[in-house]
Amino acid sequence: MLVRFFFELRSAGVPVSLTEFLSLLQALEARVAFCSAEEFYWLARLALVKDERHFDRFDRVFAEHFAGAERLFQKLVAEVPAEWLQSLAQRLFTEEERAKVESLGSWDKLLETLRQRLEEQKERHEGGNKWVGTGGTSPFGSGGYHPEGIRIGNAGARQRRAVKVWEAREYRNFDDQRELGTRNLKMALRRLRKFARQGAADELDLDGTIDATARNAGWLDLKLRPERRNAVKVLLLLDVGGSMEDHVRVCEELFSAARSEFRHLEYFYFHNFIYENLWKDNRRRHSERTRTFDLLRTFNPDYRVIFVGDAAMSPYEIVQPGGSVEHFNEEAGSLWMQRMSAHFPHLVWLNPEPEERWEWTPSIRLTQELVTGRMFPLTLDGLDRATAALRRKSLPK
Amino acid sequence: MSTSRFTGTDRYIATDDLRMAVNAAVTLARPLLIKGEPGTGKTQLALEVAEALGRPIFEWHVKSTSKAQQGLYEYDAVSRLRDSQLGDARVADIRNYIVRGKLWEAFESEVQPVLLIDEIDKADIEFPNDLLRELDRMEFYVHETRELVRARHRPIIIITSNNEKELPDAFLRRCFFHYIRFPDQETMTKIVEVHYPNLKRELLAEALGAFYKVRETPGLKKKPSTSELLDWIKLLLAEDIPSEVLRSDDPKKAIPPLHGALLKNEQDVHLFEQLVFLNRRVR
Repeated sequence: MLVRFFFELRSAGVPVSLTEFLSLLQALEARVAFCSAEEFYWLARLALVKDERHFDRFDRVFAEHFAGAERLFQKLVAEVPAEWLQSLAQRLFTEEERAKVESLGSWDKLLETLRQRLEEQKERHEGGNKWVGTGGTSPFGSGGYHPEGIRIGNAGARQRRAVKVWEAREYRNFDDQRELGTRNLKMALRRLRKFARQGAADELDLDGTIDATARNAGWLDLKLRPERRNAVKVLLLLDVGGSMEDHVRVCEELFSAARSEFRHLEYFYFHNFIYENLWKDNRRRHSERTRTFDLLRTFNPDYRVIFVGDAAMSPYEIVQPGGSVEHFNEEAGSLWMQRMSAHFPHLVWLNPEPEERWEWTPSIRLTQELVTGRMFPLTLDGLDRATAALRRKSLPK
Repeated sequence: MSTSRFTGTDRYIATDDLRMAVNAAVTLARPLLIKGEPGTGKTQLALEVAEALGRPIFEWHVKSTSKAQQGLYEYDAVSRLRDSQLGDARVADIRNYIVRGKLWEAFESEVQPVLLIDEIDKADIEFPNDLLRELDRMEFYVHETRELVRARHRPIIIITSNNEKELPDAFLRRCFFHYIRFPDQETMTKIVEVHYPNLKRELLAEALGAFYKVRETPGLKKKPSTSELLDWIKLLLAEDIPSEVLRSDDPKKAIPPLHGALLKNEQDVHLFEQLVFLNRRVR
């Protein structure tokens, strides 16, 4: 019976290994927990789950496995997992019909209605549960699904029955919902580090000293060397204004994280897309500008270039000369982008928009092509992928 | 193996699941990895376990520059080099220059000790991997003296982490894992009572109410935690603030006094004051 539970956990995406399973059995044998479902639940969680992000998945599997089929159905309704919504939507619409739903907004609205209907149904069953904020993120994706975006919380006094702690599902918010804080960003950016010894020799080189002393027949010969420093150079280009207003906070955090992590960090702003001018001070963007040509001349190709922007605009702004919303640009934005990627082989684009929406926005697809597929979402996982990509050079076209 | 069970102490309230975690870790002699919001008493747990079970405690506080080797032993080559220049007789024996680390000390303990490895996530990413064999077999090899150090009694190891780095899977597999949740109001009342037993009931109720209200303020960068609540209550007591002041029915006094103890970030204080101000205008 427990073996089946073990495999159910694994298929639910909780990374349980045999060692952990055996240690649970060992603990049961040692009578750490007995005669109490609650104790067994705690012990099983203690031994099998090693990350609070997996607690929620564990709770769900536990509830399913140890409750029975009728409760399983109730839970599905109570929780309305997005996968389920999606499969429902897939049953209701054919591929062609879904393709017809052109803008994502109406698709979202559609799902929203579905969800509301289900919620009404649920309230007749149980009542008292409130939905707290759907976060506005798209609840579906192709391939692997993450229950991001839908956050359900119980507001008000919670009537907790002692036996059913796993049904309270208090760890819902930990499930891959980790906030993108400055520290997390720093940890992700840290993977870009490349240490080099440069500058004045002011650190005692112990190995060198011992070696030199030995060669010196035992007479102390102190050796010094320069301190190890992060030698990576980063050029950060940030989109400001317009549709980026929604993402100000996460960009702020990325900026402050990058700023404290890299000694050589240069930043510039642009609006929507890169054209012939960039600026450093957003208030004086019209008076104090830097020509993009100067940028290409000033910074070596060994700079890592990180674009941050949602790339949500009319495709004309990218491909047409004079397409910019702000001024008349002599040359198309795509040409500038090509120049940038030709000069800087280490270049990525971070997009704060959820990845699922990208294919629905033509300008994002265009930008994605221009940066040769090196566009990543501005999430921890995306940042990890971006730093990995930054360490390689882009393929020559 | 120990027969004594951990049930919390008169200064530390352990919830049922935390007790289970500690007892399972003690019984099976597995390291226990504790995570949770800052200020929920992760480090305190190890000290309390040691006291409750009457065991000696060894604390290893990990820093960003810590190396796993430092927990085992260090070879003080520079001292030996200096002594050799001075012609000191100690030079002949390399043992004089082996400095024991916390893990070694814990291994040498006469009774089963408690070993706290505090904030393991502060160290380098490879740090936990370098301790795998030591935590598993509870032994390590001193290359300089060619001796094998083995634990006399498998120590009760409590490891805390603040989630700043992902810990490697191989390491996690060897540990039990417990996440200390932020206590609910009921547990919190018990915690405060343990620390300030003479606190008037109504002051406690009002203070907790105000505290949870502050915690629920949307958009706070750093939510106040248990340790901040305890500090705040200490301040309230020191200033002898009557419980009526904390009652937020009075719109003029909606900002709790001495809120600097709860909010540690000027943006948070600002945000909170703004929200209170808005609230007041609505009424």
